[in-house]
Amino acid sequence: LIPIKLLKAILVAGLLAMSTASAYTLEAFAFEDPAQATAFRELIEKLRCLVCQNESLSGSQAELAQDLREEVYQRFRAGEDRDEIVDFLVARYGDFVLYDPPLKPSTYLLWFGPFLLVAVGAFFLIRTLLRKRQDPEEGLSESEQERLQALFVPSGSGRDGRNGQGGRNRPDRDGSDRPPPQ
Amino acid sequence: VRASLRSFTPLILFLGLVVLLAFGLKTDPRKVPSPLVGKPAPEFSLPALQDPGRTVSDADLAGKLSLVNVWASWCVSCRAEHAELMRLSREEEDLQILGLNWKDDLVSATRMLRTYGDPYLVSAFDPDNRVGIHWGVYGAPETFVVDFEGTIRYKHIGPIDRTVWEQDLRPLIQTIRTQATRAEP
Repeated sequence: LIPIKLLKAILVAGLLAMSTASAYTLEAFAFEDPAQATAFRELIEKLRCLVCQNESLSGSQAELAQDLREEVYQRFRAGEDRDEIVDFLVARYGDFVLYDPPLKPSTYLLWFGPFLLVAVGAFFLIRTLLRKRQDPEEGLSESEQERLQALFVPSGSGRDGRNGQGGRNRPDRDGSDRPPPQ
Repeated sequence: VRASLRSFTPLILFLGLVVLLAFGLKTDPRKVPSPLVGKPAPEFSLPALQDPGRTVSDADLAGKLSLVNVWASWCVSCRAEHAELMRLSREEEDLQILGLNWKDDLVSATRMLRTYGDPYLVSAFDPDNRVGIHWGVYGAPETFVVDFEGTIRYKHIGPIDRTVWEQDLRPLIQTIRTQATRAEP
């Protein structure tokens, strides 16, 4: 029988080996020109991986992200500039690869939608506030006053036959739960 | 009438919100629309999977009505759509199915076709995703409909089954066929 400790050690070693095998380092992408290296790093931060959509090309371990990083790297090495590479990817994967979508008719809603919502909300808020100021709450009408009085008349002398507690069935003070006197 | 209309405003706003959210829920964010639809198929040149001496290129699309199907032996959904592709290759005579074997290895890809049958006229072998990137491929399976002029007319993301064929692909392919026969004389 193999001791449990040994099994554990093998398991941990295996997991460690797997994790190092899949990780990538930016050092793998060597540039002679440091400015180009910076441009490369900045660009892959701004590009989105299409498989794991909340990760940038820089952060993603997906195979497609690896391929696209390599493609971007090769194009930088071949002397293409940032805009050319972005155009290349957008022509094939659409604006979706960009974390920063361009301003154009199909993205107007995306860019201006939130402001539009705020504007609509502000419009209604201001309108309501102004209206409240213009006609402050009127007092109660005569009949309403009468009803209010009737509701507040002390117990026992209710004109409408109720117990003077707004018609609610509250237990009496002695704690018994009798129905209110009719 | 105005007052009753006003009391309905919250309901109307709520229903609007429901429609908006339902749209958001129904739309699959994993399906990214391809900007290549309506554009000529990208140029490419790759060795054929089963015959490295033969080259598969965009010239194979010229004058033909094609499905370009991205597949791999490691891809479970590709296995799921395989039977439907076999049926199409038997029944749709004027429709050629070109395979783009994507990020796969030669041995398992060949074994898959030998075991389950080969629906493809030919499969281009692209283990390093050199051509896949040019087609904007980001997963398998993906299927492009390419018309007689070599223009990409549609991209389907995910497996093709009978429903997808009947509802999305067949109507489009019929349209392309009638356009072609009208243009001929």
